[in-house]
Amino acid sequence: MNWADLNLMPAMPEIFLLAALSVILVLDLFIPDERRGLTYGLSLLTLAGCAAIQYLTWPTAPVETFSHMYVADALGATIKLMMYVSTAAVLVYTRQYVADRGMFRGEYYTLALFALLGMDVMVSASHFLTLYIGLELLSLALYALIALRRDSASASEAAMKYFVLGALASGLLLYGMSMVYGGTGSLQISTIAHVIHAGTGNTVLLVFGLVFLVAGLCFKLGAVPFHMWVPDVYQGSPTAVTLMVGAAPKLAAFVFLIRILGQGMQNMLVDWQGMLMMVAVLSMAIGNITAIVQTNIKRMLAYSTISHMGFLLVGFLVGNAEGYSSAMYYAIIYVLMSMAAFGILLALSRAGFECEKISDLKGLNQRNSWYALLMLLTMFSMAGIPPLAGFYAKFAVIRAALDAQMVPLAVFAVVMSLIGAFYYLRVVRTMYFDDAEDQSAIVVRPEMKLTLSVNALALLALGVLPEGLISLCYDAIKQSLTLL
Amino acid sequence: MLTNLLSLVIWVPVLFGLLVLTTGGDERAGLARWIALVGALAGFLLSIPLFTSFTELHGGMQFEEMRPWITTLGINYHLGVDGLSMLFVVLNSFTTLIVVIAGWQVIQKRTAQYMAAFLIMSGMINGAFAAMDAILFYVFFEAMLIPMYLIIGVWGGPRRVYASIKFFLYTLLGSLLMLVAFIYLYFKAGNTFEIAAFQDLKLAFDVQIMLFIAFFLSFAVKVPMWPVHTWLPDAHVEAPTGGSIVLAAITLKIGAYGFLRFALPIVPDASRALSGVMITLSLIAVVYIGLVALVQTDMKKLVAYSSISHMGFVTLGIFMFAGNTQNVWAVEGALIQMVSHGFVSAAMFFCIGVMYDRVHSRNIADYGGVANTMPIFAAFMMLFSMANSGLPATSGFVGEFMVILGAVQVNFWYAVLAATTLIFGAAYTLWMFKRVIFGEIANAHVAALKDVNKREFLVLALLALTVLGMGLYPQAFIDKMHLSVNDLIAHVAQSKL
Repeated sequence: MNWADLNLMPAMPEIFLLAALSVILVLDLFIPDERRGLTYGLSLLTLAGCAAIQYLTWPTAPVETFSHMYVADALGATIKLMMYVSTAAVLVYTRQYVADRGMFRGEYYTLALFALLGMDVMVSASHFLTLYIGLELLSLALYALIALRRDSASASEAAMKYFVLGALASGLLLYGMSMVYGGTGSLQISTIAHVIHAGTGNTVLLVFGLVFLVAGLCFKLGAVPFHMWVPDVYQGSPTAVTLMVGAAPKLAAFVFLIRILGQGMQNMLVDWQGMLMMVAVLSMAIGNITAIVQTNIKRMLAYSTISHMGFLLVGFLVGNAEGYSSAMYYAIIYVLMSMAAFGILLALSRAGFECEKISDLKGLNQRNSWYALLMLLTMFSMAGIPPLAGFYAKFAVIRAALDAQMVPLAVFAVVMSLIGAFYYLRVVRTMYFDDAEDQSAIVVRPEMKLTLSVNALALLALGVLPEGLISLCYDAIKQSLTLL
Repeated sequence: MLTNLLSLVIWVPVLFGLLVLTTGGDERAGLARWIALVGALAGFLLSIPLFTSFTELHGGMQFEEMRPWITTLGINYHLGVDGLSMLFVVLNSFTTLIVVIAGWQVIQKRTAQYMAAFLIMSGMINGAFAAMDAILFYVFFEAMLIPMYLIIGVWGGPRRVYASIKFFLYTLLGSLLMLVAFIYLYFKAGNTFEIAAFQDLKLAFDVQIMLFIAFFLSFAVKVPMWPVHTWLPDAHVEAPTGGSIVLAAITLKIGAYGFLRFALPIVPDASRALSGVMITLSLIAVVYIGLVALVQTDMKKLVAYSSISHMGFVTLGIFMFAGNTQNVWAVEGALIQMVSHGFVSAAMFFCIGVMYDRVHSRNIADYGGVANTMPIFAAFMMLFSMANSGLPATSGFVGEFMVILGAVQVNFWYAVLAATTLIFGAAYTLWMFKRVIFGEIANAHVAALKDVNKREFLVLALLALTVLGMGLYPQAFIDKMHLSVNDLIAHVAQSKL
């Protein structure tokens, strides 16, 4: 490698993140407990810095660096910007929650930033190894985060489950990658794409590898039949960490999917399309139907996540620019929605009380009509009712499926979203139609109230004026994917 | 000002609704009521030029507005009204005003949210009638479910939770398949969601049948046609008075309007082929539901079933387009019936609401001899009951008469069956009226009744004026819609195969 040619610019946000993270890690050792707010502030500042650098170094065309192992393109930049914003929001939402539960320590923030760094690396990878390194960095940080409350049995159990099953999925992925390597002679995504396109690879090996890759990817997304960990981890983790597992990592998983299948194995579309279709159909059905009977709202949102991932896959498996961009739009909107939903749960939790059951939301409209309205917007958006952003996400996905003549799939998705509406409506019903049992005041830090309001109202704003974000996704996909 | 009139009619009520929400809790309910009244009045006044400046010289779109909205997905913010839709925008704005006045004292719990829900819903409904882009229509069509769900669920009766969820899911089921149909048509029409482009599209017969089924599921639930009507009695009984008024007067009309705007012009051959089925379903609604209404013991349920029966008349009129050119009458009759039913059903539900506020019962058996204690109210209710039974000189007569005239042209026996409504309608309405209003004072509650106050009198008088006005001079309404209906019939007469 010639050091003079080393282009560090594409990795600038990550370099900044790592540097700042190291500083925080060391500095935190010297900060006494009562001034822990400093770590919180510095973490937010770091995220703001990352977002600013990301914005200033916006790639107008894909740039590869580090011997083609790393890429900066519009897809990565858009998703990373979203991840910085959502991680910052997550830190704001969880500030009081972690303080009330003895988790307000330096590790919480450094682990969160390490997870983010892992996601950044995943998103910017143009090589299977880089992808894998990023994924492991993310996963290890998340395992530790879940187990951060050592004295909580359910959290330890969730961490253990996530760790064992996550390791299994990583194994599957690695095995799949090794087969692809055997079939094409390369781990670099663009080379793999060229070899498959030219038809010179070993097809049998490639198809076998593909099966393992799809299994591993579906595990990371939490799609059926690799979804068993999702409800347990969502329910068992402290709500703050559930939010961290459920928000930005879904964006990273989406890019993971697109880098491997969309960029690397686009020419094996016929092979993976059928697999993903089954996964998507099962995810929507099992996710939505099982969510109906849940009484724990975190578990309900976990099943709802599974169904949302099914929807995302419907867009993705179409396998063209429209399909990918609809899936990308879906992923971004999904993250906004799940952040708002868990944000409300965090706002309603306080020291010694976890807002976990649907019935804990009873009469929220009487207690505080503003938070009830925000949750109402979020729930209707998740149900896909216009004029909220969730509608356009579903609309774009169904449109892409119909464009590809997949009429039965589109109709199935539509019927499933009807079933989904039932349990979202039940949450609204609990908030608005039932009388409050718990009359205690809802105390929320002002910065959290502001962020949460902006978050939920963004769902309405993006519903009334969706054009900007939709075309942003479309342009990013167009720029980053050279469909052979 | 006229260039943005439709946008104003849609968004002024919505903005006032949001403004009402900002007044907060019930300690400032008075302020919320006044803002709501100003908003409803502004919405109604803005809608009046739609009627007065509406030209009768052509049947095309008027007051058109066109802006790109979501260009990536090919969706435009395209508004316009013609003779089929204009009256409903005005009717809706008028009804919103009535609802705000009707809920003035009755709603003491979360008043601001109640008023805001109605104002926002009013804007959404206007949008659905004015939308010329299929997705824009769909957005408004679905968005109105949210406030209605809350209205039934928060301010409704004992079984409100069941009724509200049933209402929501029933309506959502139909409309989701319509969305798929829209997207299918979008690709057929060359990446546009313009309804006009859909209407000019050539479609194979089997495709037309599939699309018709999608439209049917969506709009038949909304109308509601037999046998997908079961949500309506539940929703009506549990909804507060204002909710019942808007449901009966406006939202049911969107279903019938949908048939006229989408099903007939986009899939005319399927509509013609299936018109026999639709007429049969309509006649079942007219006759069977009329009989069901007869045995009801709950006043609200009775009027709810009467609504279904009357809406059966509307769909009957619409689907007799397939006969011959004379059947401009049937379709116009259906439209007149829709407007008239908007006034009459609003009035009937309001009357029941007036009694319910005093006695807190909707059971017919709990009343008797109300005329002795509430003579002014009894006189008004008499008029509305007559209109509901289709007495000449009230608005209820005109539409039914025109539809029956149209039916005679198609098939004599259709007309005979349809005409039974004049008997059943009179029977269930007047029998209820007799049991509630006439006779000896039945109990202490009735003896303690006070006659209508000024606010209630105002509402009743406004409704009485419109019911009589429309009955005596229907030509004013028919003229507005005549050319649009002619164009529609001419368009539908041409095969699209």
